[in-house]
Parts: sequence; C-alpha cells; structure tokens
Amino acid sequence: MAIFNLKVNGENHQVDVDPDTPILWVLRDNLDLVGTKFGCGIAQCGACTIHLDGTAARSCSVPISQVGEASVTTIEGLSEKGDHPLQEAWREHDVPQCGYCQAGQIMNAASLLSKNPSPSDQEIESAMYGNLCRCTSYLKIKAAIRTAADQA
Amino acid sequence: MSIVKTTVDRRSFLKVSALSTGGIVLGFNWACTPQEAVRAIPSEWFDVNAFLKIAANGMVTIMSPNPEIGQNVKTSMPMIIAEELDVKWEDVIVEQAPLDTDAFKRQVAGGSQSIRQGWSSLRMAGATAKQMLINAAAKQWGVDPSGLTASEGVISGNGKKITYGEIAAEAANVPVPEEVKLKDPKDFKIIGTERRNVDLNKIVTGQPLFGLDHKVDGMLYSVVLRPPAFGAKLKSFDDSDTRQVNGVQDVVQFGDKIAVLATSTWAAIKGQRALKPEWDLSGQLESTSYHDETMRNLLDTPSEEPKRNDGNVKRAFAEADKVIERTYEAPFLPHNTMEPMNFFANVTAEKVELVGPIQTPEWTRSRVAKLLEREESEVSIDMTRMGGGFGRRLYGDFALEAAEISSMINSPVKVVFTREDDMTAGTYRPGSKYKFRASIKDGQMTGYHLVGAGVNMRNATRENNFPAASLDNYLIESHNLQSNITTGAWRAPITNFLAFAEQSFIDEVAIELGQDQVQFRLDLFERALSNPVGEVGYDVEKFMGVVKLAAEKSNWTEKKDGVYKGFSAYYSHNTYVAEVAEVVMSGGTPKVQKMITAIDCGIVVNPMGAINQVQGGVIDGIGHAMYGELTFEAGVPQSKNFDQYRLIRTSEVPDVEVHFVESNNDPTGLGEPSLPPAGGAIANAIHAATGQRFYQQPFIKEKVVFG
Ligand code: FES
Ligand code: FES
Repeated sequence: MAIFNLKVNGENHQVDVDPDTPILWVLRDNLDLVGTKFGCGIAQCGACTIHLDGTAARSCSVPISQVGEASVTTIEGLSEKGDHPLQEAWREHDVPQCGYCQAGQIMNAASLLSKNPSPSDQEIESAMYGNLCRCTSYLKIKAAIRTAADQA
Repeated sequence: MSIVKTTVDRRSFLKVSALSTGGIVLGFNWACTPQEAVRAIPSEWFDVNAFLKIAANGMVTIMSPNPEIGQNVKTSMPMIIAEELDVKWEDVIVEQAPLDTDAFKRQVAGGSQSIRQGWSSLRMAGATAKQMLINAAAKQWGVDPSGLTASEGVISGNGKKITYGEIAAEAANVPVPEEVKLKDPKDFKIIGTERRNVDLNKIVTGQPLFGLDHKVDGMLYSVVLRPPAFGAKLKSFDDSDTRQVNGVQDVVQFGDKIAVLATSTWAAIKGQRALKPEWDLSGQLESTSYHDETMRNLLDTPSEEPKRNDGNVKRAFAEADKVIERTYEAPFLPHNTMEPMNFFANVTAEKVELVGPIQTPEWTRSRVAKLLEREESEVSIDMTRMGGGFGRRLYGDFALEAAEISSMINSPVKVVFTREDDMTAGTYRPGSKYKFRASIKDGQMTGYHLVGAGVNMRNATRENNFPAASLDNYLIESHNLQSNITTGAWRAPITNFLAFAEQSFIDEVAIELGQDQVQFRLDLFERALSNPVGEVGYDVEKFMGVVKLAAEKSNWTEKKDGVYKGFSAYYSHNTYVAEVAEVVMSGGTPKVQKMITAIDCGIVVNPMGAINQVQGGVIDGIGHAMYGELTFEAGVPQSKNFDQYRLIRTSEVPDVEVHFVESNNDPTGLGEPSLPPAGGAIANAIHAATGQRFYQQPFIKEKVVFG
C-alpha cells in the first residue's frame, strides 16, 4: 500500500491503496463517487470515462500511480449544479434507457466538445466509437451531443 | 368511462406515516433548470393505498411496483396511476416499491408484460384513491359524493373546492369503495403524453442508483472464481498468493466455486486472479462443433409429436413442382448487460437482507429462503435500478451466491462479477437451427414445413403464429438438445432468431413465386382471415394493419435509386411489428441507413419512452444479427470480454423511424417485440442490394458481402 494525494472535482483527497489500483476503484470504493461505472475493466466500453486534466480517460485502465498531479473530474463534478450543456441536452432528449453507460457517454462527449466545440456528425461518431451502450440509445446520444454543440 | 369492482386491498394503511424530517430536497421537474426544480419533500404523508401516499401540500408519492431494467416502467407505471388519480404529473414523486407480493401483483420484469398485466390494477389503484378523496370531501361538506368531481388534484362541487392535500388525512380513513369509475381513454391527460424518465436527473449527474452503487459500512466485496468450463468441477485450490493480496480478508469455497472476500473491489479481483485452482475435467465438456452436428442431425429426424400438423404435408411435397428448402443457424449469445451481475446480501440471525438488480424478486426470495433454510418472511429484497437486463437478471444465481457467502462469513457482502465472469458464467441465448421447406405447385405455395432444433429448448417454434392458418398443409416440428451449458431467456426468447429465419424464408419464397413480398404476406393473411385452417394464434387484422402501415410509411412500392429495401413483420409478446430496412452500398459493402417501423401495442402510455424501447429493440436486433456470437471449446466460452466480443457501436447504427398504430385497446408490451423482425428486414434488404442471402448469424462472417 502507498499514500497518494489526489485532486478530484476540485477537492484534495489522500488515499492509502496499492499503486496498481485503477483510479476507477479508488473513486468508487474509497471516495464514494459511484457515478463512474465499471463495464469491462480493459478500456473497451467507456462506462468508466473520467477527465484527467480535462481529457477523457478510461479510469479502469489508469492505475493510481500514474495519475500524478493530474486533476480528476468525474460525472459528479462535471458541473456544479448538474447543468452542463450536455447534461441539459441529455434531459431534453430523454436519452437514457437503463442509464448505466450514460455518465461515461456524457464525460466522453464533454471532452470532445471542450476540444472541438462544433464537431461534425462524423467527428461525433468517431469520438464516441469507444463508448458502448448495450441498450443502444446511440441515436439519442448523438442527437443530444448535436443539441449541446449547436447551443454552445 | 367504465365502472369496475375494486380489488385494491387497503391492508394496514390506515395510518399516517411520518418520514424523516432531515430537510431533504429533491429535483423533480426535469424540464426546468435544477435551481427552480427543488421543492422540499414533505415529512408527513397520508397513505391512501399501497400504491400511493399524499402530503398536505398536494404532492403525491407513487410506488412503482415492477423492477426497472431500462424499459422505463418506473415512469410509465406511475403515469397510469397518476392518470386515474387525476393529479398533475409535476406533483408526483416516484419511488421504487420493495418486494411486497401482498400489495403488488406480479413484480417481475420479463416477457414485456409489466404494462400489459399491470394496466388494470394500476388504473384501479389510482381511481380508488381518487374516489376515497372525493368521498372524504363529500363527508366533510355533508353532500352526496356523486355531485363532486375531481381534476388535477382539486375536488369541486357544491360551489366549493378542496385540494387532495387538504383532504388527504381524512381520505386515509374512509372505507375503500366497492366500485370505482375508470376514465374513458379520450379523457386521458397523462397517458399518451411524453414524460421523461423519472430517474433522469440522477442518471445524468451520477447519483447512486444501481446495484453496483449500493454499499453499507463493513461490507466486504466478493469476487468469485467459478469453473472455467461448463461441466468442470473443483478438485482443490491453493489460495496462498491470494491471501497475500492487500485487502483480502478471507477465501471460502462453496460448491465448485471459490469466493474471495476483500475490503475493496480491486483487492477482490486481484485475489481472484491469484487463486491456483485444480479442475476436474472428466465430465461432459461440450463444444460448438458438437452442438452444430447434433442439431443438424435432429433437423433431419422426423419428430414423433409434431407441434402442429394441418392437412397432408407429405402429399403436398410429393406433388410439388418445386421444393424450396433452407436452413438457418443461430449461435449462442451472452446478455452482456452493461452493469455486470452483482448483488448485496446481509444474512444475520434475525433476517436476510438482499439488495440489488433483479428481474424476478419474488422467485429469488423463495429460492434464497430455501437455500438458507429460512422463512420467506425473514427475507427482504430491495430492487435497485438495473444497468440492463435482457433476460439475464431473471436468474437470481448471483443473489443466491451473495446470500450463501454472507451466511458463511457472517458479514454483509457484495458479490461483483468482472466482465469476464459475466460473459463466461452466463445464462445464454442458446444456439438453434431451423429448416424451412415450402412446396410450390402451379405458382402457389401449397405446403409449409418447419423443423426447429435448439439447445435446452422445450419448443423451438411458435407453431400457431404466422403463417399458421393460411396454408392447407402445414407441419411444425421441434427438437431439443439437452446441454449442461446454462441457458435462458434472452430478449424475445426463441423469436429473436426464429423471426429472422422465417421472414428471410418468406422473402425467398415470394421472390421465387414472382410476387411482391408485402402482397405475398397480405394474401396469406387474407386466407387466414376468410377461411382459416385450424387455430389462428394471432389477430390477423392487427397484423395486416402494421404490414400495411410499414409499407405505406416506407413507400414500399416506390423505387429509389441506390436504396434497397427489405421487409419483415413479426408478432410477439402481444404486439404486432412490421419493419422496412433501407440499405445503401458504401465502399462496396452494404450499409443499413434507415429502419421504418410500424407497431401496434394498443394505447401508447408514454410515447417518449416507447420510442426509446422501439429504437433500442431494433438496433439491438441489428447489432446481434450482424456481430453477436459466443462459441465453446470443451465447455469453455471463447469470448471473455469486449475485445473478443463485438457489440454494435455508434457509427454502425441506422436511423429508426417509429410509427404507432392509433389505438384505444389496452396496452401490450414494448420491451421485446421490435427486436425479432429487425434481422430479417436487414437481411432481405442486403439481399436486394447484393443478391446474397444470409443463413447464419452473425452476418459479418459472410465474407462475400462484408469482405
Ligand atoms: S470499464 Fe473502463 S472502458 Fe470499460
Ligand atoms: S442506457 Fe443502458 S447501457 Fe446505455
């Protein structure tokens, strides 16, 4: 075990875990931030997507020892009042079916829009390719990203 | 308006219950910005019946009785109650009801039956409460209740008005009426309108909702090592490395499984990986090649007891000018719910407490009680929102594991499946094969013969479904191959593949006869309508209705340059669906660009949620027809995670247009019925585009088409 200092959603935390622990499990088990989901553990589904210094990362595949100084953002900290344009667009389109993949979808899309505020439909599709939705709510996910991008 | 006898049981609800007064606030109106949407939850509620309680400020809490797996019943079932109660939807808070089979009927998510079977009792629960509120107001005013009306939470009459909130305390004490009035569907104000998912706000802000999110102090995480092959048994194991893992607290064996207990999920996963088991592989270890060969032989074996046998199929084939025979083959499929299986259990001397994602809480309660030799009354189950079900969560194996482990270690425990555990310890959609034969004489189909064979399938066919009753000579047979691989229901069981096979075959026969595929189906329906042969297991006119609607909405007879269409229609789970696929060629390979769907599911309770279900079913159907496959080698599943198992992804998804038949009939189900026709529609469209037929799923393996 080792001590790690982390900055998550603007707050500092100290955890004592094995260095190989994926940040996903630190968030969920140690910090009680369960909005970040476990889907595959091998960077194949996107359910666990967080931001490291504003860029989407698969938290299941980033050991805590590699996080370093990077500031971590999770779905809980994406916006202060739950009103990020993507969260609002998700509400408007009533996107979720089971809802399990959606935090990861939103976090991935937020990273896309922060770098490319007006993506083409094709750019949306390729950026979102790594995020699985087993309920296949893909049409609404795309429409909601489009709405958020067009409103920005 | 109809008058019905009430069957709502008041039970012990003649009391005022005070909830915690911790100043909880809740965002309940998702259309507004979050700041506007908060309203304090009242601390005092008046229970009118098991389904609902009303606070003095007029807010209503409605219990959603059935498990929520993404089919959105947690929104649509309370909508039905709110409609008959006649309140504003904005004043409604929805709570997931616990398992309570005295109060609620059929708390199951399966077979697309929640709405269909809940419809009457939900309406009655709302209408009964409304009548009790009216009766209480009448009593207070000293007037006859028949002169009073109620709408949107306000009772009026006699020149007076009182809100539900103001009279709720009295209403909780009036007798349950013996008869209540139900609304005429034309007066519906909530049913038929678009309402957003009641958990939407929690989902998009990452609040705890799912089974995997549930935790209590002192809980241990358990990751279980299960036999790697179906048919393998545990001989012995060495857990010395596992016990070295930081956070691992214990290792226990139960049956052929080994549970690692740890203080974090990661420690439990590492502990599981560090186990050194020895397996006994002397049992029956089945491979896909064995299933294939055995089922192919079964297809050529006459069955002693046909499922249906009209006319004289043998003669029809003997006298035929031509016989068309085609065989279709389906692989096993895992469910792959996005949230892997998991369950919480806390077994103590006093009680057995279970929390988690389960489609069948009642069945699970009785199995857990039996397993632990406890009374059912000692076992409680709280249902969390489920990160998908698709049939996998009908089987409470994971809940039983949690209960057994908790009882062994005397600690609250949460069993968590890794994705690898989830994919390799499934209750799979079993493989199946179908041989279709049609006899052609004088340009007509004179006989129809279907033989099905499936793994662990009591009946691989749907013998009274289309085209039954429209052919004089009609023979349906079914064979079972018993296997030790665990199989079960998978979204639209049997028909998820049978529909593809049947609708592909019908397309081929129509083309062989030189007939338009839609007209060919309509002619068969005409026969079933005017002069049916034997039992008709479907409503012919409803079926024709969706076929015509899909043809109309897709401009079926119109040719568009470069666009190739395929037709398919199927009846399942009491709902009629027809689909047209539009395919274009892109870079030499076919691409499905659009699906046009027509659905008759009776009254559409919540069009917004209904569209989600239809789109989800159609794309799920396309995705698995295109890419889904799980094979076995000596009992070992050959795909373990998403790097080895292809699911449909965002760029592979067509547009899906949804058209509902307008109807005042009671609603049927929507979670499954849009899936079965999808595979046939795209296969027929790809045939139109390329001349190639598919006889096996997944289609992607067809190199001639996909390179
Ligand atoms: S859980 Fe991290 S990508 Fe799937
Ligand atoms: S909404 Fe269920 S997995 Fe995406």
